[in-house]
Amino acid sequence: MNGFFSGAGLRRLRVMTHKELLQLFRDVALMVFFLYAFTGDIYIAASGVSMQLKNAAIATLDADHSLASRELASRFQPPYFQAAGSAGTPQQAIRHLDDGDVMAVLDIPPRFGERLARGEQVAVQLQVDTSNSVLGFLASSYGAQIVGRYGLELAALREGLGSGGASGPVIQADTRIWYNPNQNDAWFMGISELLTVITLFAILLPAAAMVREKERGTIEQLMVTPLSAFQILFPKVIAMTLVILAGTAIALFGVLGPGFDLPMRGSLVLFFLITALYVFTTAGLGLLAATVARNLAQVGMLTVVILMPMLLLSGAWTPIEAMPEWMRILAWISPLHYFLDAAYGILLKGVGMALLWQPVLAMGLFGIVVFGAGMGRFGRQFG
Amino acid sequence: MTLQRIIALAWKEWREIVRDRLFFALAFIVPSMLMLLFGFGLTLDVENLPFAVVDHDRSAASRDYTYRFISSRYFDFKGQASDERQLDALLADNRIRLALVIPPRFGERLARGEAAPVQVLIDGTFPMRAQTTQGYVAAINSAVSLDNMAGALSAGRGIPLAEARARVQPVKLEVRYLYNQSVKSIWSLAPKLIMLIMMLSPPFLTALGVVREKESGSIFNIYASTVSPGEFLIGKLAPYVAISFTNGLILWALAVGLYGTPFKGDPAFFALALLLYVVCTTGLGLVISMLVQTQVAAMIVASIVSIIPAVLYSGMLLPLSSLAPGASAIAHALPPMYFTNIVVGSFLKGVGWQALWADMLVLGAYATGLFGLGYLLFSKRPAS
Repeated sequence: MNGFFSGAGLRRLRVMTHKELLQLFRDVALMVFFLYAFTGDIYIAASGVSMQLKNAAIATLDADHSLASRELASRFQPPYFQAAGSAGTPQQAIRHLDDGDVMAVLDIPPRFGERLARGEQVAVQLQVDTSNSVLGFLASSYGAQIVGRYGLELAALREGLGSGGASGPVIQADTRIWYNPNQNDAWFMGISELLTVITLFAILLPAAAMVREKERGTIEQLMVTPLSAFQILFPKVIAMTLVILAGTAIALFGVLGPGFDLPMRGSLVLFFLITALYVFTTAGLGLLAATVARNLAQVGMLTVVILMPMLLLSGAWTPIEAMPEWMRILAWISPLHYFLDAAYGILLKGVGMALLWQPVLAMGLFGIVVFGAGMGRFGRQFG
Repeated sequence: MTLQRIIALAWKEWREIVRDRLFFALAFIVPSMLMLLFGFGLTLDVENLPFAVVDHDRSAASRDYTYRFISSRYFDFKGQASDERQLDALLADNRIRLALVIPPRFGERLARGEAAPVQVLIDGTFPMRAQTTQGYVAAINSAVSLDNMAGALSAGRGIPLAEARARVQPVKLEVRYLYNQSVKSIWSLAPKLIMLIMMLSPPFLTALGVVREKESGSIFNIYASTVSPGEFLIGKLAPYVAISFTNGLILWALAVGLYGTPFKGDPAFFALALLLYVVCTTGLGLVISMLVQTQVAAMIVASIVSIIPAVLYSGMLLPLSSLAPGASAIAHALPPMYFTNIVVGSFLKGVGWQALWADMLVLGAYATGLFGLGYLLFSKRPAS
């Protein structure tokens, strides 16, 4: 690494970076997909996907046909539910559920209205398809809220609890959802997808560039030049970082900003600096994989082995609080976990370096360790 | 098209795969590893939510109320905060996801039979988590309200508490969870993981395998030989289909054996569907490999084309009914959604041909279509 800070060292880095960029841009199919990943793919993820229960089809199995039963059934309304007519028999209802035509069936027993009028407690049944457990939970939760409110109104009317201004000793929750008050899924999904795409390219591009040199034997040519291991490896990371930052800028200012009104509350300079640090860190992982692999096919498989746990353990797709303890500990070594905190923090919460120094430090340390390990292995292989 | 040539080609491909030991091992390790990792880690349950409380009232009632949250397994109490400003910092730093602010005179209002306001702050960065949290909070609040109402009624009218409880809650909702009675995530997840992993790994393997020959130039040997395009494609892909189908069977065994997911359907039906699906995803790899020239491009294209649809548009994490029209169209245009119907039907619902024949037909059509497209795109005399 001697001469790194001298003029010659810098020039070598610049020339090698230029070479990497040229090689990258020559692969037209790759560049087309690169652009698609940072635009179309993010647009689709942000626009199309919603993690919420919307218009879930619900059928009614009304054995009562009274005013009260119709009133209760009519309360299952959009935005959460969507009436899908009534089922004639229980068998019919089960078949609708089997076929996936409806998500839930509200089963109102005979003499429902009559028994209510007599002051008895009546049970109604909600059958919920929980093949998708999140949806199943949400559907039963909203269902319970609807029925609960109906019951309370009825009780208040009957027992005179609601009269005279007092509403009874109930809890009145004033719920505020912060950082994303309208629960716009596009913000979460868009950022999450952007980070996924960044991770994919940050691992794969440098690793592939490295192994391609090994496979073709051009690495031997580089080894006989005066370049040090660092001067061979680092330009690959610089080139890929530049390209990925450009892609990120396109995604933020071309897709998420204008298309979905993503707030971007914090400092964008800080965001790009942290992205650069993250790409450097992750590229180190890719290079480490490249020193293990002999050919591109192996790099491909190793990338999956690295990428999937990283994505999973970061909280990009699922809330990590509910994971088993040992997995949450593993999450602390996934650099994406830190990047995720930083990205959502800056873009949605508007936090600055004061709160982010921890993730940034962790990412930096991780990068140095991984990059160092990669260089060490590379040096032993070709030294 | 002769069988002998196909077998010879398949044998050559098989030997080439086996010779690269790391690749061969990873071809089997990756799917099983993903199954274990996702099975244990990919939980959509929202539990252990860290939360803090600002209690301005400090009465017995407010402590009782707070305790309802502390004792719930969905929440993880991180302590009292002194004021709202402290909550801001905790929420911004991801140290809590939920905060309760209990205003002064909370207990006093309840004792007088008045409604008591409470402020709930939820971190909304992850909408699914925020929605579920809201559901939990609403459930606790309504339970507390009902208890209070019943208590007040029983004290006011001098009737037993049980009767008062029945009076304030004239309608009771009994929820029956179908197909997955315990709402255990792993049961609904494990079958869908087969779908996900079988979407990820075959296109990758195949695209790499075919493009490798293109990039190294050994494909010119094929161009120059008497092998016909059809023979080449079938022979080339047979080993990948075999590897992936074996992997599918291993995942099936893991889902049943390790995760204890019940398999209620027809095994023969499911095995056929699995084979068709694997042929589909292998065919996807084939089409990708026809369109790109380098292995790097093949990997990128394969991962973008497969990961995103498999995760987002298959009904695995996200309800299909909540997709916007554009995304819903994409979901219907890709095989994962149909195979998801089949896995969920076969594992959890125990339905077979009768309910799922259409999905099976679509998979068959895809398998034929993708191979047809690969055949059309493959030319022994490439343009350049």
